[in-house]
Amino acid sequence: MATLELRNVNKSYGKGLPDTLKNIELKIDDGEFLILVGPSGCGKSTLMNCIAGLETISGGAILVDDADISGMSPKDRDIAMVFQSYALYPTMNVRDNIAFGLKIRKMSAAAIDEEVARVSKLLQIEHLLTRKPGQLSGGQQQRVAMGRALARRPKIYLFDEPLSNLDAKLRVEMRTEMKLMHQRLKTTTVYVTHDQIEAMTLGDKVAVMKDGIIQQFGTPKQIYNDPANLFVASFIGSPPMNFIPLRLQRNEGRLSALLDSGQARCELPLSMQDAGLEDRDVIVGIRAEQIVLAPSEPNGLPVIRAEVQVIEPTGPDTLVFVNLNGSKVCCRMAPDDAPQVGQSLNLQFDPAKVLLFDANTGERLGAMSSPQAHGRADNVAQFKGR
Amino acid sequence: MSSVAVFSKASPFDALQRWLPKLVLAPSMLIVLVGFYGYIFWTFLLSFTNSSFMPSYKWVGLQQYARLMDNDRWWVASKNLAVFGGMFIVISLVIGVFLAILLDQRIRKEGFIRTIYLYPMALSMIVTGTAWKWLLNPGLGLDKMLRDWGWEGFRFDWLLDQDRVVYCLVIAAVWQASGFVMAMFLAGLRGVDQSIIRAAQVDGASLPTIYLRIVLPSLRPVFFSAFMILAHIAIKSFDLVSAMTAGGPGYSSDLPAMFMYSFTFSRGQMGIGSASAIMMLGAILAILVPYLYSELRNKRHD
Amino acid sequence: MTNMTSGIGASRFTFSRVAIYATLILAAAVYLIPLVVMLLTSFKSPEDIRTGNLLSWPQVIDGIGWIKAWDTVGGYFWNSVKITVPAVLISTFIGAMNGYVLSMWRFRGSQLFFGLLLFGCFLPFQTVLLPASFTIGKLGLANTTTGLVLVHVVYGLAFTTLFFRNYYVSIPDALVKAARLDGAGFFTIFGRILLPMSVPIVMVCLIWQFTQIWNDFLFGVVFASGDAQPITVALNNLVNTSTGAKEYNVDMAAAMIAGLPTLLVYIFAGKYFLRGLTSGAVKG
Repeated sequence: MATLELRNVNKSYGKGLPDTLKNIELKIDDGEFLILVGPSGCGKSTLMNCIAGLETISGGAILVDDADISGMSPKDRDIAMVFQSYALYPTMNVRDNIAFGLKIRKMSAAAIDEEVARVSKLLQIEHLLTRKPGQLSGGQQQRVAMGRALARRPKIYLFDEPLSNLDAKLRVEMRTEMKLMHQRLKTTTVYVTHDQIEAMTLGDKVAVMKDGIIQQFGTPKQIYNDPANLFVASFIGSPPMNFIPLRLQRNEGRLSALLDSGQARCELPLSMQDAGLEDRDVIVGIRAEQIVLAPSEPNGLPVIRAEVQVIEPTGPDTLVFVNLNGSKVCCRMAPDDAPQVGQSLNLQFDPAKVLLFDANTGERLGAMSSPQAHGRADNVAQFKGR
Repeated sequence: MSSVAVFSKASPFDALQRWLPKLVLAPSMLIVLVGFYGYIFWTFLLSFTNSSFMPSYKWVGLQQYARLMDNDRWWVASKNLAVFGGMFIVISLVIGVFLAILLDQRIRKEGFIRTIYLYPMALSMIVTGTAWKWLLNPGLGLDKMLRDWGWEGFRFDWLLDQDRVVYCLVIAAVWQASGFVMAMFLAGLRGVDQSIIRAAQVDGASLPTIYLRIVLPSLRPVFFSAFMILAHIAIKSFDLVSAMTAGGPGYSSDLPAMFMYSFTFSRGQMGIGSASAIMMLGAILAILVPYLYSELRNKRHD
Repeated sequence: MTNMTSGIGASRFTFSRVAIYATLILAAAVYLIPLVVMLLTSFKSPEDIRTGNLLSWPQVIDGIGWIKAWDTVGGYFWNSVKITVPAVLISTFIGAMNGYVLSMWRFRGSQLFFGLLLFGCFLPFQTVLLPASFTIGKLGLANTTTGLVLVHVVYGLAFTTLFFRNYYVSIPDALVKAARLDGAGFFTIFGRILLPMSVPIVMVCLIWQFTQIWNDFLFGVVFASGDAQPITVALNNLVNTSTGAKEYNVDMAAAMIAGLPTLLVYIFAGKYFLRGLTSGAVKG
């Protein structure tokens, strides 16, 4: 049970090499579940190894319960870790795997037995205790690896992509189970993943990383609704957010842009009125579920007619792809509303809900008037890093 | 960081743990630096001195190399190495590849047959040399056996023939190493992606075509590895010559390794012996450097 | 050795199948002939050798060749044992520790060291013979089995380290990380986690070193003449003496004595022998 704070953490593997981690700042409270998410090579695993003490940091400080642990060796940090490959000791049976750390720490045999019993009951692996890791299925190995971490009763758990070696069905099951486990044990947890669905479903807080920099740090809801930049917007969400390149114009005093579906055009008025944006290339981001079929009576929102290129039924929804300004745009519809390929649809979306990004830097442009954007500055801007 | 309790002072135990890997490796590092590179340099130095029975450090420049180049026996040894090495490598590769392909045809008792092909590799070259010296014995060996079996005119006396004795070395060395080449290629064949072969079969390619055009080209790395190892065996070959011919008749079956030994340790000419050792190192490097270069380049491509 | 085959051809009974089997069996016979000849000759009397031929069966099984051979080279056989056993054990142990460090505890410069060491696998020993013999002499170990043990340990390190390093590199380093977080130190991780996993590579290394050192001739003849010489040197001296009548039965029996230990190892642990040859020697 502990708080974890990273202060300006830097990691470099040598002069001349690019920094692996740059000015990492984040803080989570006791019992919180932090997700580090990003594409491979973004530094998330390195950051986790640094927290564990398996790699030394080049600058900054790592604090657990406000005490600096940066110089401590891994064994003294009271941190347990579950690895992607599980890293079970292949020559020891399950019981010895769980007990190894306790034996090293000179716990009495009786206490070890008790702890192994507790953990194996919790994880329902009592019947596996005498087996070797090689005799276990992937899901069972995963449980044992978690058991090994649980038995230590550490201040902090670290999970390094623990579900990525499981098949799709088991992964979903284990995800729910991990969430249950965390709700029950309430231990501070750091969880690395490249899977944005895991990030959304598991985390109390999410840090999206790229190139060794935290792009955004916030709750899953903030990250989804109010991404700090194009990268975060594109990384989180499935199907990914639609991006439509546009040129802004000032028309009768209002900022607007022209949408073109190939068979129709429409003027898209923007709620944002910042000066200096006119005649600029921007990218408009809009989530698939925000594009809807226009009702037969006009409702004041602009409507654009577009031809359906491809449809992808996923079961609960059907994804419909049309072409807007040369980009493929995905709309999520109820299966009953789904059109045929080649059919033309009247589509509309609320201009107030779209996000604007600078076409060159990828940064979010301006404060939006949409309700989701409120409260963004206090918890996002300071962690953007760039 | 002022408000933070600092624990960054490592305990002595931690410090020791941090140094342990280096401490453990240190003796080996010393051994390699001194016993490998230091000694090579030392030999290199000796090759520029007039050392004879005892090492002396009187600098004579390239004189020993000049004497080496003037030495008829060195040229015989070098020429023998070219003939022996070339034939040994080519024949071993051909036989090895051939047997590996045959063994790859779902052969019953494959493991047993493979064991027979490979066992000579477990023997010392001295044992191999002794055995083949007897087998090729003019008068009592194969010579006599084939005549006994009715081939009246058969003569086989290459061991005594100055011009052909080197082929005897080739025969013995091929016998010893070709099974090993077979094993390497068999392992390589087993690693070939079966779907590529099936695709070729679907395309209607015949079996020999599949092997020649698809399978063997994909075993290029195995060819290189086998070549390296065989070349290495050839250049270092000393025991085989020693047991089989002792360099004779005369010095007609000398190899550089034999030359080096006999000048350095029997004839008390350390200077010229060292020069010949350095020449051998040069030969190994001439093969090794391009090999390592291509290996490393391939790795970077991966 | 698995029985997995990737063969392409059909296993129907056809002319080509017969030809393949015939070729393979003929080749096997060729590989076996020298061994058979050695065995047959070693049990023949000198008279029998002169009248018979290589593959003729001995008229009477005569053990005199083996007795004489053992009298001549038996003592050196024990020298070889005294050299091989400690040299194999020590070089394997050091190789294991080196491989452990080079794979799991890399530090600045350790890769460079590995590269330098790797070259030792290709080093022509002729380039180090003279300085090594000076050193052995200075240490007072000339013409002793101890001196040979030392030399074999030093020049065996390249291969033993390579074996273990390549084996441990394939083991996920998460295992070591997990053990470190569990509180285990350098030697505990090696002894409790890695060593129990290393049985196959220990076998490969032991067998490789055993064959290399037992079969060595160069170091034996340079560093230990006389009483301390290993059996390969003794055998070479025996077959190359020009004094007296050649006793081929004795030569062949002595060659068998010199070759039997490695041959037996090969027969009983062929799997590891092959793996050593291919994994160690191939991937330089």
